[in-house]
Amino acid sequence: MQTVSLDNVIVSDKPEGLEGAGFFATSLEKVVGLARKNSIWPLPFATSCCGIEFMATMGAHYDLARFGSERLSFSPRQADLLMVMGTIAKKMGPVLRQVYEQMAEPRWVLSVGACACSGGIFDTYSVLQGIDRIIPVDVYVPGCPPRPEQIIEGIMNIQRLVESESLRRRNSPAYKAMLNNYGIE
Amino acid sequence: MEETKYIAIDQARPKEEKQYSYLNLGPTHPATHGIFQNVLKMDGEVIVEAEPTIGYIHRAFEKLAERRPFYQVTPLTDRMNYCSSPINNIGWHMTVEKLLGVEIPKRVQYLRIIIMELARITDHLVCNAVIGVDTGALTGFVYMFQQREHVYEIYEEVCGARLTTNLGRIGGFERDFSAKAWAKLDAFLKGFPVVLKEFENLLTRNRIFMDRTIGVGGISAERALNYSFTGPNLRAAGVDYDVRVAQPYCSYEDFDFSIPVGTQGDTYDRFMVRQEEMWQSLNIIHQAIKKMPEGPFHAAVPDFYLPPKEEVYNNMEALIYHFKIVMGETDVPKGEVYHSVEGGNGELGFYLISDGGRQPFRLHFRRPCFIYYQAYPEMIKGSMLSDAILTLSSMNVIAGELDA
Amino acid sequence: MESNKAELIEKIIDALKEKYEDQVLGIDSPYEFLTVSLKQEKIVEIIRYLYDHPDTRFQFLTTLCGIHYPDQNSIAVMYQLHNMVTNQRIRLKIFLPEDNPVTPTITPIFSGANWMERETYDFYGVVFQGHPNLKRILNVEEMIMFPMRKEFPLEDQVREDKSDKMFGR
Repeated sequence: MQTVSLDNVIVSDKPEGLEGAGFFATSLEKVVGLARKNSIWPLPFATSCCGIEFMATMGAHYDLARFGSERLSFSPRQADLLMVMGTIAKKMGPVLRQVYEQMAEPRWVLSVGACACSGGIFDTYSVLQGIDRIIPVDVYVPGCPPRPEQIIEGIMNIQRLVESESLRRRNSPAYKAMLNNYGIE
Repeated sequence: MEETKYIAIDQARPKEEKQYSYLNLGPTHPATHGIFQNVLKMDGEVIVEAEPTIGYIHRAFEKLAERRPFYQVTPLTDRMNYCSSPINNIGWHMTVEKLLGVEIPKRVQYLRIIIMELARITDHLVCNAVIGVDTGALTGFVYMFQQREHVYEIYEEVCGARLTTNLGRIGGFERDFSAKAWAKLDAFLKGFPVVLKEFENLLTRNRIFMDRTIGVGGISAERALNYSFTGPNLRAAGVDYDVRVAQPYCSYEDFDFSIPVGTQGDTYDRFMVRQEEMWQSLNIIHQAIKKMPEGPFHAAVPDFYLPPKEEVYNNMEALIYHFKIVMGETDVPKGEVYHSVEGGNGELGFYLISDGGRQPFRLHFRRPCFIYYQAYPEMIKGSMLSDAILTLSSMNVIAGELDA
Repeated sequence: MESNKAELIEKIIDALKEKYEDQVLGIDSPYEFLTVSLKQEKIVEIIRYLYDHPDTRFQFLTTLCGIHYPDQNSIAVMYQLHNMVTNQRIRLKIFLPEDNPVTPTITPIFSGANWMERETYDFYGVVFQGHPNLKRILNVEEMIMFPMRKEFPLEDQVREDKSDKMFGR
């Protein structure tokens, strides 16, 4: 049994700032980024095989909870990250769009699996060839299905995006223009 | 005595029309494991009618299969019942072998049985763990997924992939089981029964679990047969039909195992039938390991089995076969064949019509989930919403197999 | 055992020919699976007859699917029945004209045929008369074409980034 001492505890880097006895001053963006990145609440939109790999990622072996995603939210209103895992058929497209629109800002989208990224091996009349045809995507995780380690790397990339995002980004005209591109107000 | 002038209250009030509320369950819902939608017509908390809608993950497998050569259809079959993909793969390979008339060596058959029974165990693990989750028992789920990781490691040693395995070839396996695969299999067979017993102790005689599942979502044997149920759902209703016994394939007749049968066809029976089937699968795997014969790990099907690379580089014949297989110049007999295997959910059938070309002319999958999900509205009529959720999870509806 | 099976098959063929000789177009056994091709007119009667007759008793519907034969301009419907007691299976095929594939439904006999017939309608356009709820099941409801027919393209036609030369469509 390994005893826990301060030597083998990893502490995350603190952001740059001014430090003194009993105070630490840094910019708001950095603190908010640090807090947000370690408590992302995902909405698992699992449709097919990638959903089972996600269940394995949530399990004890690969444990997604240690990244702060202990609480899965199935309600879009309470979720930060929309994880789309599995094939999205054209019949499902409007449903996905509705779920995305219900999420409150700031929201991120992780597209897991080849089918969600680009239609995958299913180049057919009934499959939507990539969810980025209907919603904006932040991180793509390729694979069919991706190993849990790859899904975790996708989440870590999302964490990097969350940490470094400017507090004004969601109100900026560039972001609004991008949403308009997708037809989302 | 003069007639009473009082009229009863319910006669005085004008008759109100009963109002029903409609509840939309799905397609994205934490409790429907897979995407399908049910619009429930409810009288308060009781369900009066249900209208299911499926097709939210229709990927046109049958049309895709008409465009792919026989060995490229295997990855498609993986993705139907993705909780137990080796069974789909091996079933498809057996169909093509039936079409070609290939004789499979005994060792290949026994190895295939080991893999299929492992896959059956993983499928039932997911289903039973999910029944537990829907009653609120999340612990079982975490334990069972840990065991699935061990089976994934065995798959990785055999074919290289975890979930969508694309396992084996037409004629057998790509490589024999390595020593590491046998070691992992032995470790699994030692460690798994202990955890399965723990899982049983958690749920099978648990007062809350029994109260929630006994008498819920039952179906009689006659109705089940009329709806063409197969698999654990039919066996829970009392009919002992198992394709492994009725039409033995792949040397199942050499093995001694029993088929668990329920009485009422309710959720508890389905849970217990799957639980017992896992024990029977372990039994079969033990027997197969004990009786394992020596021999080649694939049949001689030069038209479909890619020759090993050393031979392709050194031997003219092997080079020609390699070229013909990849370019698709092989001759296939014309004919129509139907072969079925016992999948995790029931009789998984492959109906293949070949017109002599390198692609199937028509390939139809007899998907058990699609067929028995039709009975769902009948099974939940008159029950409460939470019972409907449990019935759905105990039927083990896998969206990939439902929609294909 | 073998003679037993051959006897059974003889009895089934006799029972069928006794009443419906004129409807039978052909009897075959590809890969040891009894296959009977029939005319379309009395298919529901024949299935009901096979359900009840003591020699046949085919009381389980395994599957039902459509097949498109463009060379013969016909769409076939294949019924596969199973007798669980004697473990005997039979395949019935009827051929319908491509431009008007209409046949009565067998849902009064087998409730399980409900969705199977909807799937055949969805993929091939076969209209099952008397079906309680004949609408599309797997595809989008607004679709006007029948995708499993051979002339319908497989790929998504909206996609513009895959070149036909490289991907062999």
